[in-house]
Amino acid sequence: MNSAAVSGKNGSSARIALAPPGKAGDKVFRLLTWLMAMMVLVLLALVGWTLCKGSAPSMTKFGWHFFNRSNWDPVSGDFGALTFIYGTFISSFIGLLIALPLSLATAVYLTELAPGWVRQPAISMIEMLAAIPSVVIGLWGIVVLVPWLRDGPYPLLLKHFAFLRIFGGPTTGFCIFTAAVIIAIMILPIITSISREVLRAVPDSQREAAFALGATRWEVTRLAVLRYSTRGIFGAAMLGLGRALGETMAVTMVIGNADVISTSLLSPGNTLASKIANEYAETSAFSNKGINLSALFELGLMLLLVTVVTNILARLLIGAMGARQTAAT
Amino acid sequence: MTKDTQLPALKSAPPAPAPVPPAAQAAAAGTAATFDVRQLNVWFGSHHVLRNVSLEILPKAVTAIIGPSGCGKSTFLRSLNRMHDLVPIARVEGRITLFGEDLYGRGVDATLVRRRVGMVFQKSNPFPTMSVAENVTVGLRLNGLRQKDLLLERMERSLRMAALWDEVKDRLNANALSLSGGQQQRLCIARALAIEPEVLLMDEPASALDPLATAKIEELILQLKQDYTIVIVTHNMQQAARISGHTAFFYLGELIEFDQTNRIFTNPKQKQTEDYVTGRFG
Amino acid sequence: MNRWYHHWRKIKSSGVSALCLICAVVVIAPLAFVLFDCLKKGASSLDLAFFTQLPNPPGESGGGMANAILGSLTLLGLAGLIGIPVGVLGGIHLSEFGSPRMNWAVRFAADILNGTPSIVWGIVVYALVVLPITGYSAYAAGLALGFMMIPLIIRTTEEMLVLVPNSYREAAFALGIPHWRIVLNIVLKTAGKGIITGILLAAARVAGETAPLLFTALGNDSWSHNLSQPIEALPHKIFIYATSPYGDWVRQAWAGALVLILFVLALNIGVRLMTRGSAPHLAR
Repeated sequence: MNSAAVSGKNGSSARIALAPPGKAGDKVFRLLTWLMAMMVLVLLALVGWTLCKGSAPSMTKFGWHFFNRSNWDPVSGDFGALTFIYGTFISSFIGLLIALPLSLATAVYLTELAPGWVRQPAISMIEMLAAIPSVVIGLWGIVVLVPWLRDGPYPLLLKHFAFLRIFGGPTTGFCIFTAAVIIAIMILPIITSISREVLRAVPDSQREAAFALGATRWEVTRLAVLRYSTRGIFGAAMLGLGRALGETMAVTMVIGNADVISTSLLSPGNTLASKIANEYAETSAFSNKGINLSALFELGLMLLLVTVVTNILARLLIGAMGARQTAAT
Repeated sequence: MTKDTQLPALKSAPPAPAPVPPAAQAAAAGTAATFDVRQLNVWFGSHHVLRNVSLEILPKAVTAIIGPSGCGKSTFLRSLNRMHDLVPIARVEGRITLFGEDLYGRGVDATLVRRRVGMVFQKSNPFPTMSVAENVTVGLRLNGLRQKDLLLERMERSLRMAALWDEVKDRLNANALSLSGGQQQRLCIARALAIEPEVLLMDEPASALDPLATAKIEELILQLKQDYTIVIVTHNMQQAARISGHTAFFYLGELIEFDQTNRIFTNPKQKQTEDYVTGRFG
Repeated sequence: MNRWYHHWRKIKSSGVSALCLICAVVVIAPLAFVLFDCLKKGASSLDLAFFTQLPNPPGESGGGMANAILGSLTLLGLAGLIGIPVGVLGGIHLSEFGSPRMNWAVRFAADILNGTPSIVWGIVVYALVVLPITGYSAYAAGLALGFMMIPLIIRTTEEMLVLVPNSYREAAFALGIPHWRIVLNIVLKTAGKGIITGILLAAARVAGETAPLLFTALGNDSWSHNLSQPIEALPHKIFIYATSPYGDWVRQAWAGALVLILFVLALNIGVRLMTRGSAPHLAR
């Protein structure tokens, strides 16, 4: 390599020979990245296929009866998922019932009403809540929440509302309702955050028009903002529901782990996720190992399907809101 | 730039013998064309953007491309360094030769074309994570040159050629974005010059700059034309009149007129050219 | 009548605003409670023994969670080994090379996987790896966590790369640089900060997961020298101790929870600080 150039005089230097690019580099890199991107599709297929293959023995043995029978007996090899379907849906829906109004009101507060200096810290704190691991919330549930519920609100409910069959005692505090409260705490952040995005997407022109007509703050929110965002808020609720259905550790720690269906919300129970989590200790001791494990896989498959469906619905709802907004503006 | 050193061939395979175009025949006489464009047509999807453009770009001179917005000036410029390869819906037909070699021939590597034909863009775009020095040498480093002393020497040379050395020599390691707008554009010119192209394409290089910075860039171009072929797209007619030797006027995707600059502006042959340079439209 | 009705509307509006404020407080309260309780109940147990000693047998007080902490870090490393390269390279493909159809399919699959309950990952890896190949092992647990990281990182990487302005790619092409070098040395470098924050967030998420470990790592009470053997991790240890009848174990569970919370929150706050101003959509 001769470097004869004198700075400023460019006529006398030799050209530097740069490395020829070659086609291989681009092709290899492109192929490598393509393979890695395909891994996601492979993973999804793997998850689906593993669950299907694992549940096949159980599906062939029990068929549709798996869904309407509540017997779960490892000894005799007879399994039915009704208890856990019930537990999952009841705890999730009640959790959503508690969380949705709270989250929505909070989202309204944060987007429409809060003074500037409050907004960002509050948002950050809510996102911190989302980051707390499930097992830590479960620990807090066991040591703090359950005793408080058992000694305070639950006796009150039993005393005054026992005529409603949904509140029947006695209770240890480890029950479906406690699980619902824990679920509510855990899905508050996501519903709040998505609802906030939905409300923020409403163009200011809508608010301004309402204000110009002399509406109060609440009326502006009700007429101009909430009416415009119903679909998106449904989507936020769906996402929260999806998260609720799959919540495992905290629920397992407070739900009481009993394979019973009861009309009382204060009785213990199990969800699809908590049953799978509980059985992990038994996997090495399965007597009917094949069918027991297969029944567990079928629970897992149900869990997967139900969360996938709610997620897709949620995205359709939120996506549709986005489309409507661009058409209107 | 002397021609007696070995230039990297455009093709990776030995070139097939091509018919000798008239421009190359004149090469011996010393008035060889840098670019010989024949019947260039460009489509973006079904939109016919350039129609049957033919002209010759002369070496060691400044050629200006003028015309109203949307007339295809930038499209023409980008055909000269195969930037349209990056746009999936673009289709280029026709023949463009660089010093006699077909740019779009079979087996020609576009990357090698772009090492010989450099480009400076309208909005300066120095790489934001790199220092001034790193920006200038990036074309050399990422093309395999590692020797520090060579890199330093080339960097200083390019910065001097871009009339930027004195202003940045004390802050070569500062982030490139700490320079002013005009300095950033000269940095981009230095970056393009560092890989030693033979041609410099400039797409409205001064349109985003204030008059003082613009004047510096124009002065720089007049200096550079001693060693490089320069093709500059500009919407500023006075600029074209100031710095170019030849001017091409485009309108609605067609080349209307191509002639020496002073003739285009004082005695144009086509009525459309006259209307444009006198400001009746555009 | 008009004035009275107008007052009523204003009162109603103030009332609703107050209600919303109360709801906001109720939403933030659990965070405050959990953090406060972790600090109160856990801080006093964070002595040197906690960080350096192995667990004592059940019923015996004392001992520590040293192996669980180390195990968590080990699993995080294993998970990253799989999750980071696959996620980042996959994200590069979606942003720089992908076709609209493939991109839609990969994004859709990634979103579904991101919404999948983590216990499903646990039983899937149990069937794929634990039963046929390795038994309960650090490898299996690391694989499950790594699988969880892939769809997370691929999405954040793609989002960050797409934000890099095209003018930089153009300028690099005009210099005759090969495409792959442009992607690695220029585009990736420009988006670097954002991509790293995506990785850190995925790590924080995965570090706190317990459910996948139930079917893959099993847990143990000693140091893990062999990665093809069961391994303990902090979230799993907290779960075991919290659901046990031993008061001393519950006390240690609080300490472990405090450590875990501080680790996860530190990562999240670190990310927030890194992205302040530069990636507005991440720092929502």
